[in-house]
Amino acid sequence: MLEYFLSLLILTGAIFTFIGSLGLLRLKDFYMRLHGPTKATTLGVGSLLIASAVFFSSRDAGVSLHEVLITLFLFITAPVSAHLLAKAALHLNLHSHAKIPVNSAHPVEDKDSEIDGARLAAPTKENNSSDISPPHKSV
Amino acid sequence: MLDFAITVAFGLVTMAVGMCCWRLLRGPSTPDRILALDTLYVNAIALLMLLGIHLGNALFFEAALLIALMGFIGTVALCKYLLRGDIIE
Repeated sequence: MLEYFLSLLILTGAIFTFIGSLGLLRLKDFYMRLHGPTKATTLGVGSLLIASAVFFSSRDAGVSLHEVLITLFLFITAPVSAHLLAKAALHLNLHSHAKIPVNSAHPVEDKDSEIDGARLAAPTKENNSSDISPPHKSV
Repeated sequence: MLDFAITVAFGLVTMAVGMCCWRLLRGPSTPDRILALDTLYVNAIALLMLLGIHLGNALFFEAALLIALMGFIGTVALCKYLLRGDIIE
């Protein structure tokens, strides 16, 4: 019975680790790729560590607590490193495939937002022609 | 049953390591490569755990703990270098 439970935990962990790395390989831009390793791989390794803890606790006398230490450390550090990586990517202005969200509070029919749209559209046209341009121009 | 599960898990995690290596070599941007390194060390911890269960040896945890510590410090140092141009200011 314990063997089947351990096998289930090990297979779950390995599959989640695999899916996380598959996401790292297949997804389109960096911000999407960040999701795979930070969530799926952490869960997979956590499952493997639980399997290891159960295995060594059942084999040896006493409870094996090394794995809990590693699990805790991984679960604390994974979000921190993901946050730092996202900050570095934003700092480097990496390209994102995500669409710009629509402002539902001020739809396009509104006069003010049309002016806003014109003001926001103008610098992007200038950005295409020259790299150095003032980010916002007052209309 | 356990041996079969461990064999399959070894195969899956090894493929995961291969995909991380591909992203590490190909990655279009520097954060991609750092992310691939980050995933590689987590996969290395998974491989060490599997090896520990397979060989029945509890000594591998110390190595896994060291890899976890050093990997996190490495990721933070590389990100800090990208963000600030320097690691220790």
